Amino acid sequence: MKQFPIMPEQASEHAYRYDALFWTITGLTIFFTLLVVVIVGFMVVRYRKGSTASRKNQMDSHLGLELTWTAIPLVLAVAIFLWATYSFMKQRTMPANATEIFVIGKQWMWHIQHMNGIRENNELHVPVGQPIKMTMISQDVLHAMFLPEFRTQFHVVPGRYTALHFTPTKIGEYKMLCAMHCGTQHSEMVGKVFVMSQQDYAKWLEKDGDRFNTTETMVAAGQRLYDKKGCGNCHTETDTERGPTLYGLIGRTRAFNDGSTAVADEAYVRESILTPYDRLTRGYINTMTAYKGQLTEEQVLELTEYIKSLGTTGGGGLMKEYEQPDRQPTGEIGAARNSTDTANDRVSAPATQFEQRGARK
Amino acid sequence: MSTAVATRQSPEKNYLNADHTIASWLLTTDHKRIAVLYLISITFFFFIGSIAAGLVRLELTSSQGLLLTSESYNKMFSAHGVVMIFFFLLPSIPAAIGNFVLPIQVGARDLAFPRLNLLSWYLYIIAGALILCALAMGGFDAGWTFYTPLSSLYSDTQITIALTAIFIAGFSSIFTGLNFIVTVHKMRAPGMTWFRMPLFVWAHYATSLLMMLGTPVVAITLFLVILERTLGIGIFSPEIGGDPVLFQHMFWFYSHPAVYIMVLPGMGVISELISAFSRRPVFGYHFVAFSSLAIAGLGFLVWGHHMFVSSQSVYLGVIFSFITFLVAVPSAIKVFNWAFTMYKGHIELKTPMVYAIAFLGLFLIGGLTGLYLAALDTDVHLTGTYFIVAHFHYVMVGSSTIAFLGAVHFWWPKMFGRMYSEFWGRFSAIVIFAGFNFTFFPQFILGYLGMPRRYHYYYFEPSWEVYNIMSTLGASILAIGFLMPAFYLTASLLKGQRAPQNPWGAKGLEWERAASPPVTLNFSEPFVVTEPAYNYPSEEQEQALEPTGGKS
Repeated sequence: MKQFPIMPEQASEHAYRYDALFWTITGLTIFFTLLVVVIVGFMVVRYRKGSTASRKNQMDSHLGLELTWTAIPLVLAVAIFLWATYSFMKQRTMPANATEIFVIGKQWMWHIQHMNGIRENNELHVPVGQPIKMTMISQDVLHAMFLPEFRTQFHVVPGRYTALHFTPTKIGEYKMLCAMHCGTQHSEMVGKVFVMSQQDYAKWLEKDGDRFNTTETMVAAGQRLYDKKGCGNCHTETDTERGPTLYGLIGRTRAFNDGSTAVADEAYVRESILTPYDRLTRGYINTMTAYKGQLTEEQVLELTEYIKSLGTTGGGGLMKEYEQPDRQPTGEIGAARNSTDTANDRVSAPATQFEQRGARK
Repeated sequence: MSTAVATRQSPEKNYLNADHTIASWLLTTDHKRIAVLYLISITFFFFIGSIAAGLVRLELTSSQGLLLTSESYNKMFSAHGVVMIFFFLLPSIPAAIGNFVLPIQVGARDLAFPRLNLLSWYLYIIAGALILCALAMGGFDAGWTFYTPLSSLYSDTQITIALTAIFIAGFSSIFTGLNFIVTVHKMRAPGMTWFRMPLFVWAHYATSLLMMLGTPVVAITLFLVILERTLGIGIFSPEIGGDPVLFQHMFWFYSHPAVYIMVLPGMGVISELISAFSRRPVFGYHFVAFSSLAIAGLGFLVWGHHMFVSSQSVYLGVIFSFITFLVAVPSAIKVFNWAFTMYKGHIELKTPMVYAIAFLGLFLIGGLTGLYLAALDTDVHLTGTYFIVAHFHYVMVGSSTIAFLGAVHFWWPKMFGRMYSEFWGRFSAIVIFAGFNFTFFPQFILGYLGMPRRYHYYYFEPSWEVYNIMSTLGASILAIGFLMPAFYLTASLLKGQRAPQNPWGAKGLEWERAASPPVTLNFSEPFVVTEPAYNYPSEEQEQALEPTGGKS
């Protein structure tokens, strides 16, 4: 049996939920395949040419039968759709208490940055039981972060932040693969996730964590960059003629010169650093340097973290769900989520941005 | 006109021997000759694509890689995908079989635009020559999906030439679709009403709509990639102001319906085969006809199910997922109607029927495994893995290619006037069925285990080797299965028994009204259609006819 594995290890909370659905669909697949094989087999044998079976009362069509095999697949399809959608929504809703990890995909490696400044390449160390949220961006082409043992995957896109989350439940080493063809060495873009016990993780943080010699946290690195580039000359603690303040920026609704508005999140900060003239804050003119091509994605992330550390508005619930925050979930899904939170979910009930927004009202 | 044909007619004169010069073939406007030209060309490209597939499978028998460099491996799977999809599957049944059969089935003397039909073949050949050039000049490596920005800014292989080739091949497909639609609307024989048309024609009508409406979009999309590559106009690459996800939307807007362009004609074929070899009308004719149109219509609204993890909005994903599930309904209707067509029939397991039954099984697995991928949650883990590879091979090879082979074996006596060896026909069908399952079933497991597609090696997980070796062994069996028809069908051309007009005792104008092979303008005498399709005698009528109709 070891030589013929039929399922990947289950190493995250989501893996159990996933496999329940997977094997249900497998059951349906087997049932319908056998059903048709039996029907066709019966027909071929019983009504083979020259057999003596009676052919009286042949029928060319039968409305009842047609409706039967229209209705049954329809009902089953809708049932699976609802189940899968519920589970998907759960998976795409980022838990509020997750540890943030930043991932930059490059041809052909995974670069990982922890908030405390630790950097890793093609390796990720995380403590067991702790929800992890990955904020990801690509430096070049499309990649896909694929964690088969955690049953999760998401594309890593150039020019756009994406996110995924997982809660590892089992200590061990797991695969971290790229599942989107990304050029010549695509099959080299392979890494490992080390899920460790809390003690081992603490030890790792102390001993191995600093082998890149970065004792500087992301916020500190961002602050250094902020000072070096002279951002503070214009962006001070309050709005000035030269520039709007960045204090409390994240989560605040920004109004632009073209009349539109948006809630400031990481994607907005990135855009405003790299191409500030795409959307100018109302009342300002284009005086800022466009940093496109001058900063690496790592540096943009560090600056963003620093700007976040300057305070956020409205609880700072950014990118809990990577979707545009002004969209509401459908009532049905939101309701389903609340009613079926089980004891299985050891993470405190997923406080989504939507729910927070709802609570504030 | 008809009298002229009648006076010239002798049993020996048909479309094949009407003229023997090379020019008479290369400048022909006879839909049957163009179909034969297509048949030869797509077979050629099928073997090119198969060689690439063989090398890919061989390479994967070892977790460390075997013969190829990563660069040449990537070029190999890209060549396999592009050649098989754009140069074999898309034209296979419509351009080779449909071209031959469809006009005869509706009782027309030719397609509506015979010269456009010839132009379509020439465009296909120009495109084919270009793709061979691209391969000879070093190949291209971005896969058949050509995702940006890899294909536009990062890869320096022959992508521009390959995209140009696909662009041109697209027009060949559009012309075929246009021809079919106009022919079905305007050229049906007197008495051939819409609901007397064989389901093969219905399926091709639905396919032609997809070709006409979808292909221009992919042509535009690929043209935009060419512009971005050559002129640096930022459309799909964020570095120069574009959006890579936009490419995926535009690409799949065509390429998902393209799946139905590949499989709907196959479904049309299966309706013909099961009916003919059960001597029964297709069960629930109207349901089967409209399910083709339903699949074609829904097929345009599901492209986003390729993009559940692409960063498109999750709510968009929910809508696409739901519509995708709806496609299960017309597909199920077809399968059950085919199964019940056999009810109380007189089933004969001739070669085409063996293919039809193989199709039923493989299409069922291909369709049902689509549920995993239509479901948002299960798709997340499976997308981009070998599960996807296995799923679409069940649909494209297990269904489309098997249906194509069934069609070739069914209409071969009509096309060439010769019978082939029934033993070898059935034997190769069984070998192909076994080899196919052996090749692709293990890939479902590999995908669930987490093996990403397009990986050149997998040294980090040697336990995947066993399934890869199984798959490669299966592919060798499959290759033998595919080679067999090349031999016995060629042999039948040289010394096969002469085919009678209706060797299968089937209904349909091509069997009842046209000689084997047909004369240049298809029919020797004018006629009026007076009965519905598949008007096989009922048991009671059959018994009344027993003394004369029993033996043949």
